Amino acid sequence: MLEVSNLHVRYGGINALRGINISIEENKIVTLIGANGAGKSSTLRAIMGLVDKAEGKVEYNGEDLTNLHTKDIVKKGIVMVPEGRRVFENLTVEENLILGAYTRTDQKGIKEDMDKVYDMFPRLKERNWQKAGTLSGGEQQMLAVGRALMVRPKVLMMDEPSLGLAPLLVKDIFEIIRMLHQQGNTILLVEQNAKKALEVADYAYVLETGELVLEGPGEDLLEDEKVKEAYLGEAR
Amino acid sequence: MGNLNFLQHLANGISLGSLYALIAIGYTMVYGILRLINFAHGDIFMLGAYITYYGILFTSIPWWLVFIFASIFTGFIGLLLEKIAYRPLRESPRITILISAIGASFFLQNFGIVVFGGRPKAFPVPNILNKVIRLGGVSVGIVTFVIPTVTIILLLGLTYFITKTKTGMAMRALSKDYETASLMGIDINRIISITFFIGSFLAAVGGVMWGTKYPQLMPLMGVMPGLKCFIAAVIGGIGNITGAVIGGFILGLGEILLIAFLPNLTGYRDAFAFVLLIIILLVKPTGLMGEKITEKV
Repeated sequence: MLEVSNLHVRYGGINALRGINISIEENKIVTLIGANGAGKSSTLRAIMGLVDKAEGKVEYNGEDLTNLHTKDIVKKGIVMVPEGRRVFENLTVEENLILGAYTRTDQKGIKEDMDKVYDMFPRLKERNWQKAGTLSGGEQQMLAVGRALMVRPKVLMMDEPSLGLAPLLVKDIFEIIRMLHQQGNTILLVEQNAKKALEVADYAYVLETGELVLEGPGEDLLEDEKVKEAYLGEAR
Repeated sequence: MGNLNFLQHLANGISLGSLYALIAIGYTMVYGILRLINFAHGDIFMLGAYITYYGILFTSIPWWLVFIFASIFTGFIGLLLEKIAYRPLRESPRITILISAIGASFFLQNFGIVVFGGRPKAFPVPNILNKVIRLGGVSVGIVTFVIPTVTIILLLGLTYFITKTKTGMAMRALSKDYETASLMGIDINRIISITFFIGSFLAAVGGVMWGTKYPQLMPLMGVMPGLKCFIAAVIGGIGNITGAVIGGFILGLGEILLIAFLPNLTGYRDAFAFVLLIIILLVKPTGLMGEKITEKV
């Protein structure tokens, strides 16, 4: 469905990504794990057109997205929940959701989807008139996810959704990811929490200093000795 | 000084304050989104007045339609200004775009001198606006009432636009976070163009009404109001629209009442704004309604 081939990203003289290939199939959760600075976020940002691609290609159902603007990529249904949530703190919860649906014009569908998001996250409904900046970290993450769902995404990309959340909330977030998957969403998940990510993922890629070093079904990687040692904190 | 006299000054102060408020909004909106002080804003105000002048002189369109068309036309000039002078520099250091703004300001002033001529022109004030009405012993020009009324209508319209429409929401989102806004599919360039259009349109309305109140046009007429309205925006807390309006009224009222109560200080009329600016910067640098600005990373 979404194919990334030979992707290179450079910041000044630094090669953040050195030719990676990722393929995401419909209704699957694909995860990208790796240490800090491995290039996980750069991959997502390059797909969204937020950073320039030095080389490589991004295709969506055969359509070339490589040189499209971010806003046009969003219109294709490829949506990213940015790292650190990044809700619009000066806007209310409801306004954040309305902006999520910025590219859409079907008022009825927007209303339906908003109700869906409120059903999924009742806390957001209770607080829909509050400024997003007054929400707790977990609530902001729910809002960021809800806001992305308002696009009716074809591919949902999440950048470190569990970052900076209390362990209990991390569990909630992964529950949400599972639920979204069950509803038929296609998800590309970037995580530092490798164990949790591998547990939910159908397929996983391991990124090290800008290169893919390992890939395979999530459960296989959970058993992989190298992965265990480097990312799951289990000594041999 | 009698009460009646005071009321007259109050009315004058309110109408001057309305004009300042209209112009200050343009500064504050552009700053809110681009973190840029648009130094050419005062000159856009001047263009609005001149375009109206030529519109009334050389066309047979009714004056009130000319007022509206000229303001809209000036709005598009503001939009063009952003495209030519600011957009190519958006990725450059902020100081570069600031210098470009100063350059644009000088350009428009000198363009005015060359094209409109350096000699002052008399603004053709429609007769109906020239009327003076007497209210219980106070005689006030009709414009003194028209100006605040128009201002209030525009402010209500703007508030509705900013708070209720999707474009207004996008504008507020953009003022906080470009990147995330673009992740919503928001066309950033379009929103910035709309911001410049609205700011310039309001400045032009200010320029037209300024012409009806002080009917003398000069190519440099935008310099002092421009500076003062920038101060008004800072007093209110730059980036905050309500703040800009409050700042405009404080400045307009303060200026008029200062002259009224202390006629000896009339010569210091313009200094008043700057003294106020210094005080605000010392006491509350973020302005009355301003929030702490965290630098964008």
